[in-house]
Amino acid sequence: MTEVVERFGGSVRVRVLKDRLVRGACAGAALVALVPLFSVLYYLTVRGLAGLDAAFFTELPKPVGEEGGGMANAIVGSLQLVGLACLFGIPPGVLAGIYLAEFGNGAFGRVVRFCADVMSGVPSITIGIFVYALVVLRTKQFSAFAGGLALAVIMLPTVTRTTEELLKLVPEALREAALGLGVPKWRATLRIMLRTAAPGIATGIMLAVARVAGETAPLLFTAFGNRFWSRGLDEPVASLPVQIYTYAVSPYEEWHRQAWAAALVLVGLVLSLNILARVLVRHRVRT
Amino acid sequence: MAQPVQSPSVPVSRAPSKRARGEGNVGDAVFRWLTAAFAATVVVTLLAMAAEMVGASWLSIREFGAEFIVSRDWNPVTEEFGALPFIYGTVVSSLLALAISVPISFGVAIFLSEMAPDWLRNPLGFLVELLAAVPSVVYGLWGIFALAPWMRDTVEPALREHLGFLPFFQGPNQGYGMLTGGVVLAIMITPTISSVSREVLRVVPRTFREAALGLGATRWETIATAVIPVARSGLVGAVILGLGRALGETMAITMLIGNRPEIDVSLFAPAYTMASVIANEFTEATEDLYLAALAEIGLLLFLVTVLLNVLARLLVWRVQAQGGAAT
Amino acid sequence: MIARRAFVLIAMCSVLAFGCSRKDAGADVAGAAVSLNGAGATFPYPLYSKWMAAYNQLHPEIRINYQSIGSGGGIRQVIAGTVDFGASDTALTESERKKSAAPLHHIPTTIGAVVVAYNLEGVQELRLSGDLLADIFLGKITKWSDPRIAAQNEGAPLPDRTIAVVHRSDGSGTSAIFTEYLGRVSPEWERSVGVGKSVRWPAGLGAKGNEGVTGQIKTTPGAIGYTELAYARQNGLSVAALRNRAGEFVVPELSAISKAAENAELSEDLHGSLTDADGSGVYPIAAYTYLLVHGDARDPVKGEALAKFLWWAIHDGQRFAAELDYAPLPAKVVTRIEERLRSLKAAGKPLLSEL
Repeated sequence: MTEVVERFGGSVRVRVLKDRLVRGACAGAALVALVPLFSVLYYLTVRGLAGLDAAFFTELPKPVGEEGGGMANAIVGSLQLVGLACLFGIPPGVLAGIYLAEFGNGAFGRVVRFCADVMSGVPSITIGIFVYALVVLRTKQFSAFAGGLALAVIMLPTVTRTTEELLKLVPEALREAALGLGVPKWRATLRIMLRTAAPGIATGIMLAVARVAGETAPLLFTAFGNRFWSRGLDEPVASLPVQIYTYAVSPYEEWHRQAWAAALVLVGLVLSLNILARVLVRHRVRT
Repeated sequence: MAQPVQSPSVPVSRAPSKRARGEGNVGDAVFRWLTAAFAATVVVTLLAMAAEMVGASWLSIREFGAEFIVSRDWNPVTEEFGALPFIYGTVVSSLLALAISVPISFGVAIFLSEMAPDWLRNPLGFLVELLAAVPSVVYGLWGIFALAPWMRDTVEPALREHLGFLPFFQGPNQGYGMLTGGVVLAIMITPTISSVSREVLRVVPRTFREAALGLGATRWETIATAVIPVARSGLVGAVILGLGRALGETMAITMLIGNRPEIDVSLFAPAYTMASVIANEFTEATEDLYLAALAEIGLLLFLVTVLLNVLARLLVWRVQAQGGAAT
Repeated sequence: MIARRAFVLIAMCSVLAFGCSRKDAGADVAGAAVSLNGAGATFPYPLYSKWMAAYNQLHPEIRINYQSIGSGGGIRQVIAGTVDFGASDTALTESERKKSAAPLHHIPTTIGAVVVAYNLEGVQELRLSGDLLADIFLGKITKWSDPRIAAQNEGAPLPDRTIAVVHRSDGSGTSAIFTEYLGRVSPEWERSVGVGKSVRWPAGLGAKGNEGVTGQIKTTPGAIGYTELAYARQNGLSVAALRNRAGEFVVPELSAISKAAENAELSEDLHGSLTDADGSGVYPIAAYTYLLVHGDARDPVKGEALAKFLWWAIHDGQRFAAELDYAPLPAKVVTRIEERLRSLKAAGKPLLSEL
């Protein structure tokens, strides 16, 4: 502590000035960090709104270079892919999370936890290669199924770890009360623990869904794209992110217009999931 | 996080007594094995990923060996493949992103955890995290129509005029290149670094701050002497997590970096990253060796990001363990 | 309680995933629904997307989904069997041909031109000889005001701007055609860069697809790049006149492209090169573009739908070509393709028996 006291020496004026400067710099950093956000939101609103019309939601894409058309198939395709991702990603993730919270302090639990953490850092493009080799090459078909699976793999570690963390926050007394009443452990876990933690888990899942809804890279090799409605999950499917990418790098003004509209819809979807997730958290904290 | 995690050993150690009851016994065993099976899917998926990647790149590993990561030839015509230009592009663009993002992110984290008035803290934190919610491809779109023209017409000419004596800021200003790629990455990793740093700063016990303030330190002196030293390894961890995200980022940078596999010292020049070359060429490499070379780039990316994540998490855990122990 | 909620959640996801895909199944009219998937060249994409849309209107039960991912991608995916047909602007190489389990046939669909497009305000016309063009793409000429460019363009207001070369970043048939041309007119190009779908570009920016290159040229002042004529036209880019073998500077126009095909002979497998062709008024970088189809289809229903579509494309479909700046196939070529289409089979049975 003497060292600390020595460091506080020096002219008070200089010290206060320095303090003010640093405070100013930190506040400035916060402002600078927000500039891109507002710029993105500004462009999205101005250009996106200009690009939105009824046809955007109801029509299929027009042939290259023609005016009009929409992205109805990509909007539905994105919902489909996210639905599949939830289907493949959430149940295993939640169950794996339950394992980690309930039985996970052995060696196997540590390995699972480690793998989940590692997996959450794997670039999504790598997951695309993986699913391409695993599913697309074997089924000889680009498909919604493959795309949904790729997104599920991205979601899996997040869902697992969120479930674990939140289950661990549930007071142990709740479980003990149930066990004391003679309820078997598995029922106590599912009915008491999971239910208590459910809002928090739902929040975590929603954030994970929001993240995968905007993923593009892994879909390039899996869900591919489709100019029409896809007739089944074993067919390639259009999605908003891939469509935005294709349209953004194209030279056509019409496509740029639609890319902005699609981006507005996508960001609107993702942000509302985010905000909803946060409102859920606040609600839970209050009650 | 602030609340130390309860030890799960309690329920496990109680298990034997429950075994005595028939119904609970079977149900619990089934439950345990069922959840364990799903927990295993996490491990299996990761291993399968590693195995598929190694399998897909085997041809290239055998053909080029270690030469692959030091050779700068990427020539599909002659089937010579070296990953150096992509490694260079990935590393430099990520470092550039860190150089821009770290000061800003730390500023944001310190402001949010130490200085901001209460009413501002949550909304501001939320806004910064919203930056992370915007999909990569939307940053790419914005980059093409807003960032790249601005870089080309304003930033790059200004840099050349004032710092043009440095080799980094020479050459034509095209708007698409390493610098623009670095800037967009910086925007995308700022929320990661700032929110993890904020978490790390938050677990530094209040008593440390109070002690320093009690000794007459200003806010900044408190932060510099009592908070940051404790949090240091966690802050490093936050930076590494940001780096991991930057290395693996694909869409936005593919749309902005210019996609040319050459090593050029100028930051205005187009470059290429590992993730971008996969995004561009993976579906269309027709020769086996070409495909294997791309897969090997994916494997390298996989390994590097895995290592970085492990390192970062160890560092962040350390601070959290210390913070937890001190309270 | 929690179980019920979980069940509801899972059911919702399923409805989302499965329900949507069946949504319009009832909308299909008589005839078996067929979905064909194809991928490949971006060079003919404007024409193909028009064809697929028009054909879907004629036959609502048939949906042909074409994704323009580049010729390299088309070849690779059709060989891997992940799509029903591929598309490429260059013929398969020997090693690609060997890799395919079943024989693949080239079906020429149209003739297009690779044009040199540029973005220079105030410069309406630009004339470039082959060696000059090669030197620009080799990075040896870096300024628009270079005396060698000025010598071929007297009076043009060439600015003192850096040339931003734009090339393809993906495996591209357009690149193959363009580099084949550069290789023919410049020994140095042939020696130091070579010819192929993906080459090691000595200079410039990479962009994905003809779409990407055109977009990049359009948004980058001082840019020069190569793209398919339709893309340049649709986007109002200026294109350079190139010097042909006869020494004339020729702008890419349909007549000049058709002329390139007049004297060219197609191989037994219906492919051939049109670059740097002989003759007066010939545009020097023209090319056939091909669909790659299996000689013996895996699925007879899909095979038949594809064969019928191709028949339509080389006859009725050709009338869409000119308005999109592609040159229609010469009559003698159409006859040869008809013969080839009649030979397409599924499980040993000809697919077009009634034609």
